Amino acid sequence: MSVETLFALAACALVGIGLYGLIVQPHPLRKLVAFNIMGSGVFVLFGALAKRGAAAGLAADPVPQALLITAIVVAFAATAVTVALLLRLIEVADSASLAEEPPARERT
Amino acid sequence: MTTVVSLVVVALLLWLALWTVVARDAFLAVAGFVVYGLLLALVWVRLAGIDVALTEAAIGGGLTGALLLGAVGRLRGTEAATWAERSGPGMRAFAALLSLAVSAVLALCVLLLPEPAPTLAPLVVPNLPATGVANPITGVLLAFRALDTLLEAIVLVIALIGVWSLAPDRFWGGRPGPRYSADPNGILAYLARVLPPMGIVIGIYLFWAGADHPGGKFQSATILAAMWMLVQMAGLADAPRIDNRWVRVGIVAGPLLFIAIGALGLPTAGAFLGYPPEWAKPMILAIEVALLPTLVLVLALLLNGAPARDDAAQARSNPR
Repeated sequence: MSVETLFALAACALVGIGLYGLIVQPHPLRKLVAFNIMGSGVFVLFGALAKRGAAAGLAADPVPQALLITAIVVAFAATAVTVALLLRLIEVADSASLAEEPPARERT
Repeated sequence: MTTVVSLVVVALLLWLALWTVVARDAFLAVAGFVVYGLLLALVWVRLAGIDVALTEAAIGGGLTGALLLGAVGRLRGTEAATWAERSGPGMRAFAALLSLAVSAVLALCVLLLPEPAPTLAPLVVPNLPATGVANPITGVLLAFRALDTLLEAIVLVIALIGVWSLAPDRFWGGRPGPRYSADPNGILAYLARVLPPMGIVIGIYLFWAGADHPGGKFQSATILAAMWMLVQMAGLADAPRIDNRWVRVGIVAGPLLFIAIGALGLPTAGAFLGYPPEWAKPMILAIEVALLPTLVLVLALLLNGAPARDDAAQARSNPR
């Protein structure tokens, strides 16, 4: 099996692992980490496709690789916004619960 | 031999991902994610993406890790309460089945990919000399797909506005995050004095080398932003006020100059973001130079977070 197929299949597993964590973990920060793992699975899959496109003397297709750099930076920006949202949620609601009925708590 | 290395990397990667997702403690999960990011950089090296590997190590592992570690520290108290809301065994089984199904469908698609693989490399190579840069990734980022890079810079600025707008009204215009203080004679303050000169040289080298070798403004900006964060965390300098005029000018200057140079392409090269052949390299360089300070500012300020204190307002409310 070639390197790119091996990593492409691993990427499929990463997407599944991330999706599982996103559904099962109750804490929003854990969901965020799981979502990042799912996203990295998509990136690795895309990177494996770039490696398959090796041609014209280049070791990989540079167009998807350039888009990957953009994607990693944008993923960081989205993560930063999510973390800020989360910290604000805790400031306002005093709980990180995402349940529809937040636990009963005396508000002051 | 190389297959063995790849197999070991894949096994470690999957194990770390699984461990990160199921770990009981959020701090352990985030620590696992940082290691995962560094391991991912190895994957990119094996997939012949040195530029991507540098970006992943710097941003995916480094900056995202620092951001999540900071968040874990402030979310400590909420962890036990949400643990009570974790899904029951039925839900977990359903989630596992769903995830397996998604992975299986994706894997099937991977095994059924067309041969030979579609590629744009044969189009990039003959056109690269016209851009004046020798690194094909830089050529794609700033010439062939410059619109993506422009929109990315704008997305970063919008993300920063989004983070800032989450500040409580009373802190608007103030400084983000806590004021760090560290032992002025401690190891952190020592490192914050010794490392930045080297970090700045390495960052600028990566930036300059990006034209012809792996590297570029994103990797460089991350290292420079990390140096700035180090100085802040050692208590040697404070985060800037977000209503500081120069900070705001620096943030929008890069994208605005990018748009201006892009518009210059309309009369000279007949297309938005087009470069006349003999001017391609200087114009690309001008965009890179203008984007670098913007990226450093935005990445560091995204890490700093929403404004959380306002010295000026406190001074106004307590005049004596």
